[in-house]
Amino acid sequence: MADSDLTKQRSALAALLRKVVGGQHVLSSAEELRPYECDGLSAYCVVPLLVVLPADAAEVQDILRICHAQQVPVVARGAGTGLSGGALPLENGVLLSLARLNQIIAVDANNSCARVQPGVRNLAISEAARPHGLYYAPDPSSQIACSIGGNVAENAGGVHCLKYGLTVNNLLALELITIEGERVRLGGGGLDGPGYDLLALATGSEGMLGILVEVMVKLLPIPQRAQVAMAAFDAVETAGQAVADIIATGILPAGLEMMDGLSIRAAEDFVHAGYPTSAAAILLCEVDGGNEEVSEDIAQVRERLLESGATEVRTASDDAERSRFWAGRKAAFPAVGRISPDYYCMDGTIPRKHLPRVLGEIARYSEQSGLRIANVFHAGDGNLHPLILYDANNPGELELAETVGGRILELCVEVGGSITGEHGVGLEKINQMCAQFPPEELEMFHAIKAVFDRHGLLNPGKAIPTLNRCAEFGAMHIHAGDLRFPHLERF
Amino acid sequence: MTVDCDISDALAAQVCDAAAQAQPLRLVGSDSKAFYGHPVDGEVLSLAGHRGIVNYEPTELVLTARAGTPLPQIEAALAAHKQALSFEPPAFDGPATLGGAIACGLGGPRRPWGGAPRDLLLGIQLLDGLGRCLRFGGQVMKNVAGYDVSRLMAGALGTLGALLEVSIKVLPAPKVERSLVLSMPRDRALTMMRDLARQPVPLSAACHFDDRLYLRLSGNAASITAWERRIGGEAGSGESFWRDLRDHRLTWFRSEQPLWRLSLPPATRRLRCENDVLTDWAGAQRWVYSDYSATELRDEVAQAGGHASLFRYGDAETPVFHPLDPVRERLHRGLKHTFDPHGILNPGRQYRSI
Ligand SMILES: Cc1cc2nc3c(=O)[nH]c(=O)nc-3n(C[C@H](O)[C@H](O)[C@H](O)COP(=O)(O)OP(=O)(O)OC[C@H]3O[C@@H](n4cnc5c(N)ncnc54)[C@H](O)[C@@H]3O)c2cc1C
Repeated sequence: MADSDLTKQRSALAALLRKVVGGQHVLSSAEELRPYECDGLSAYCVVPLLVVLPADAAEVQDILRICHAQQVPVVARGAGTGLSGGALPLENGVLLSLARLNQIIAVDANNSCARVQPGVRNLAISEAARPHGLYYAPDPSSQIACSIGGNVAENAGGVHCLKYGLTVNNLLALELITIEGERVRLGGGGLDGPGYDLLALATGSEGMLGILVEVMVKLLPIPQRAQVAMAAFDAVETAGQAVADIIATGILPAGLEMMDGLSIRAAEDFVHAGYPTSAAAILLCEVDGGNEEVSEDIAQVRERLLESGATEVRTASDDAERSRFWAGRKAAFPAVGRISPDYYCMDGTIPRKHLPRVLGEIARYSEQSGLRIANVFHAGDGNLHPLILYDANNPGELELAETVGGRILELCVEVGGSITGEHGVGLEKINQMCAQFPPEELEMFHAIKAVFDRHGLLNPGKAIPTLNRCAEFGAMHIHAGDLRFPHLERF
Repeated sequence: MTVDCDISDALAAQVCDAAAQAQPLRLVGSDSKAFYGHPVDGEVLSLAGHRGIVNYEPTELVLTARAGTPLPQIEAALAAHKQALSFEPPAFDGPATLGGAIACGLGGPRRPWGGAPRDLLLGIQLLDGLGRCLRFGGQVMKNVAGYDVSRLMAGALGTLGALLEVSIKVLPAPKVERSLVLSMPRDRALTMMRDLARQPVPLSAACHFDDRLYLRLSGNAASITAWERRIGGEAGSGESFWRDLRDHRLTWFRSEQPLWRLSLPPATRRLRCENDVLTDWAGAQRWVYSDYSATELRDEVAQAGGHASLFRYGDAETPVFHPLDPVRERLHRGLKHTFDPHGILNPGRQYRSI
């Protein structure tokens, strides 16, 4: 669109929206819009047409009615920590920030649930529930910053989802506003709702089906006790096998995480977690439950880790040490951020048994491309986060990192996994969707979207690729001669 | 004895033919839940022959099986590795199939702690209403690529697709399980259930009827013993009781009056429509015999934030499932049309007009 057209559209729409939310809650000048140009995937930036910050659900309804009438696309934004470009604005679209819908409406201890607005931070829910002895289980590493609305839209995970599930397993109900401005409740006050499981369909839908204005989450009793063991290994393969060995004991760890040498050292330098920096890999295995249970389980875990070839096993001696062990893992991304000008975080999942092969291939890509890759792994549930280190100031390096990343995701699909376990497709992995899904399934996804959003106004261009796009992407596969980085072998 | 068999091609051909003639199909696993939902008048699409465990690796905690696989076969395979289906699927009148258990979406007494079928579902292969074979989700624990179509199928009663293959998360079976019985009236029992549910008690079932509260504790022996002492009561009869509760074989369920299932915020006090009530899921699921009219009952339940289904022995007129508001109804119709444009898959089984 020509600049002058954009300017005209901007001021006309801003005038309409200001009537809804008040003058100061529509941002339209270049310097006001700039902070919203990207989410956590900062390699992609687009300045939106406008940013609008409603105060409540009724204002969201009015905004959507206006955008629907004017056929203006809408991109929702929670805290903007997403790592797949899901909240990346559109040049001709409204960026709808839910940041002001930040109230905890009620903590209902008797019904083990909380009703919150979408802009509430993940951690704030557990903080509010703590006086009742309850907490909200999904704990993404970004939990001090990310919003529950964003968690629902991405179906966020965390380091405890092996035992406690993903966001979708910890929700009771959602209030959604459709693009036409209607309000609809999905789920129910009990453990299920009538009819189709639209709650599950909306969870992980990346802002493509509707705007969440209220979330009812399930709260769990805080376990009596949790204990974590940290084991060091001199090879990642041994650590991978140890994970299967622990599962075979019949213990279901609350968390089971792996980090490789590069991430261990980065995290240790950053937060001084007490990690053994000479190890090739560490495993963090947390068990929780009753006092007696935890004592027995942690002893068994310890024994099994040693049998599986751990060179050292340490159990946290107190809560402070336990927090330190976890702090290292939770700070792994920013820690890697300190040792490289830029990093690109991948999010593939694999059947765990393929871990040695996948890590071997990743090491090979790293060697071929000359880019360092650190691996952080939700080992219990097979969710791998390779962090590709690059420097955006070196021409071509971002593109190289993207190519390597794309190849890692395709490898995940090849071994029977998925291109994304918790960060979502967004704009980032849209091409790899073509590797994971055949055209019929993709068409089905488009048809589902059309049921909710006939004109495709909600977050258009994200999450589900058009068949044309896949045809082009496929063509790129076939014409290997045209590949951007022919020295990177394809499989 | 029936053997493992892949008949997906024949099933796809049957659906294709039916689609071409707009011939309604009645999807049948083992027909153990034939009573559930409105009757469907159609040609039988029998999934029972499509059976067998396709893949099961205990240390991956994932099992993939064809939809017609009987649950006992799956339970036996899991038990051999000390694992289990944590959603404790009801079988009701016979050897239920995995596909039927997922399509009905029902959970047993363990539901509030072990999850519903949808919580354990990882991926599916289905035939849509055009007979096309589609795959969603996968065999990995976490997968957020594309909309969550797998979970949409759980509880859809086969109206959106015929499930061919299902991948589910399986979990270690509890090491020890013990039951407790306490004598007390309903209101006190509800208070106690909620108190326990708020604490880190290793509960795996909590139900009340006929002035008795039944509790089940699962997990570690020492932790269970510690809680048994705190809770009190007498030792219960164990596994058979919970299976009879799950499959509605307790004497309480003998009556052939209309049986309502209420899904409610668990702490909801006794509703006026609950003339005779069996409270399960620590309050969240209530089986009720009522002298209220369907409309009155549904109004009261909806007021309390829940919904009601006429689970069994209903009359021909009353809708089985709680009526939808206009927006949700439109979304249901849209989804039905998307997956089954000719409306041939179990038409009307869930909502008469969908
Ligand atoms: C350091 C770091 C660590 C992380 N660790 C994890 C982790 O362990 N596990 C994990 O799962 N993720 C992790 N993430 C990713 C990210 O934090 C999650 O995806 C989170 O759920 C995004 O929440 P947000 O509020 O920032 O959403 P945003 O980034 O603002 O938006 C994400 C998506 O949700 C949509 N959206 C937001 N709000 C709404 C709404 N109210 N209605 C409809 N759609 C909406 C947006 O359109 C967008 O598509 C991490 C990110 C960082 C930066």
